[in-house]
Amino acid sequence: MSDPVIFFLIQVLNAVQYGLLLFLVASGLTLIFGIMGIINLAHGSFYMLGAYLAFVCADATGSFWLALVIAVPLSFGFGLLLETLLFRFLYARDHLYQVLLTYGLILVFEEGRGLLVGNDVHGVPVPALLNSSIPLTATLSYPAYRLALSAICLVVAGLLYLLIQKTRLGMAIRAGSVNREMVQSLGIDIGMVYRVVFAIGVTLAAFAGMLAAPTTSVFPGMGNQVLIVCFVTVVIGGIGSIKGAFLGAMLIGLVDTFGAVYAPQISGMLVYMLMAAVLIWRPAGLFGRAATR
Amino acid sequence: MIHRRTILQGMAASAGLAAAGGFVAPRVAIGQTAKIKLGLMLPYTGTYAALGRNIDEALRLAIAQQGGKLGGREIDYAVVDDQSDPPKGAENANKLVSGAKVDILIGTVHSGVAAAMVKVVHDSGTLLIIPNAGLEAATGALCAPNIFRTSFSNWQPAYAMGKVAAGRGWKRAVVISWNYAAGKESNGGFAEGFATGGGKIEKELYLPFPQVEFQPLLTEIAALKPDVVYAFFAGGGAVKFLKDYAAADLRKSIPLVGPGFLTDGTLQAAGEAAQGLETTLHYADGLDLPRDKEFRAAFKQATKREADVYAVQGYDTGQLLVAGLNAVKGNVGAKNDLIAAWEQAEIDSPRGKFTLSKAHNPIQDFYLRKVVGAENRYVSVAVKALADPARGCKMV
Repeated sequence: MSDPVIFFLIQVLNAVQYGLLLFLVASGLTLIFGIMGIINLAHGSFYMLGAYLAFVCADATGSFWLALVIAVPLSFGFGLLLETLLFRFLYARDHLYQVLLTYGLILVFEEGRGLLVGNDVHGVPVPALLNSSIPLTATLSYPAYRLALSAICLVVAGLLYLLIQKTRLGMAIRAGSVNREMVQSLGIDIGMVYRVVFAIGVTLAAFAGMLAAPTTSVFPGMGNQVLIVCFVTVVIGGIGSIKGAFLGAMLIGLVDTFGAVYAPQISGMLVYMLMAAVLIWRPAGLFGRAATR
Repeated sequence: MIHRRTILQGMAASAGLAAAGGFVAPRVAIGQTAKIKLGLMLPYTGTYAALGRNIDEALRLAIAQQGGKLGGREIDYAVVDDQSDPPKGAENANKLVSGAKVDILIGTVHSGVAAAMVKVVHDSGTLLIIPNAGLEAATGALCAPNIFRTSFSNWQPAYAMGKVAAGRGWKRAVVISWNYAAGKESNGGFAEGFATGGGKIEKELYLPFPQVEFQPLLTEIAALKPDVVYAFFAGGGAVKFLKDYAAADLRKSIPLVGPGFLTDGTLQAAGEAAQGLETTLHYADGLDLPRDKEFRAAFKQATKREADVYAVQGYDTGQLLVAGLNAVKGNVGAKNDLIAAWEQAEIDSPRGKFTLSKAHNPIQDFYLRKVVGAENRYVSVAVKALADPARGCKMV
């Protein structure tokens, strides 16, 4: 193969890899915003929480894997706590209350992080097992950790799809998002279902932060960077659709990657142009409920 | 133009008053007992909080070493947290200028916020000292008699690195940064220095601020195979870039260089990925200067932290205040005398002595540094007494 073809294929790999990572980061929002219908501006903060948990635990235990084992249940418990103390009072209220609460949470999280861990930039070392690179061309190698990350993202996507579409819990969740009272009167503890789903959403966002920590760095405000693009992913895909979010993430991966290479001057806009185009074509997103109803 | 004339008229009027001897006496007497109001507009929260804190504490240290007074007068500090938020820049600056009526405004770190401050003091005529932000316009197209800077312009470290790269015999470079003013100014400076040795920029790669998905651009760099890559990133973005660049194995075949911000305050986080990197800045670890050692010890004693380039800039802002207000004996109302004193001041900085250019930007040495462990170790002087070209400044 000639050089340009090889580099084109590497860019495709970049796009797919970025798209998968994006799906992982946005998956928690798909649950909380997409399916439960809560406008959750604090999604980026949950992502940041995960990254900082990974940093603190990896620092204390010396092992990234051990850090994951500790941090994942912690995030789940934290999600349960948040839902019980705050979010469950807001399901019946106007969206504006949710915006206010979650915006407030962003501020609380930022300040809390400043008090507990400080404002420095931190790094989490890539686990030794995956700390290698696979040579692609004479000058360029691909980090093994990134490839492993893609595999994990695929697994999460599959599990999430199965959970929502193929299990009884998934059925209750989907039914609950359409009509809470009806599900309740059928004898399903919808409060409990929502508590668990919310906690899974928080855990997914935090998990994404943990996995991203070794490739990026851990720093104040890191959550704000992912927040907008997560909303774009969910909206492009169609609110409430796991399939849609997956496709949306892959589309954004492609547009962002090739935009950065072939149209660097407007690459910042391309994702939003994509969103506008999709919404004009299908106002409810690619797999939105309204479109299929 | 109108506002500049108003400033000059105002200054002429106060100079006239000062000359009128007896008539002025009561006014001076009042002035001597009143405190000098310093307005500190710095980031105390957000990404740049650590930078703002170092500037603040080092500035106060410089003044404390002079007995806590400026020209014999006590000081009243008015502090505003600018949060590095450009849209709120003008409002925050006005809080200090019109609200607290400060005599001298000091700030800030973020170039976008500093641009708003420059605009505010252009209108009000308030004295402004910039302790970090490198936007070229502040001492270039928007320069003014009342605007000073104790740090650097984005052009300076970039030009110095361009010279170094040219000296290595490299001819083809790729520059990469976020698509915003500071990045473009930095890349421009590098291109200029690089051109002195016949080097050319083969491609400019930009990504939207503050995105950090570098993989497509790294692939592009690998395809172009330039002699050198010049990168302008800072903070968390710099850490990610260094890690990705190293993980793509590009360090082995294509040297990476940048201005000091690439490796300042990011070494702990970047770890292995930063080792051996060469950057240029007006400060370095291991400068063999007695003044630097003295400052580092004093800063550590006062704050329990190690000093860095931001602390040095804050300290020198304090030293500039001391020099100027001692010269006018605390009479902060004698604006043009104060400006003249600052223009003539030689600051005995931890970075080495420097003076200010006609555009009010430091004329200073730029050092080539190399990352060794957790330090940006001094290697050599890249360019001696480098002055910013101050393009578009009418005072030059």
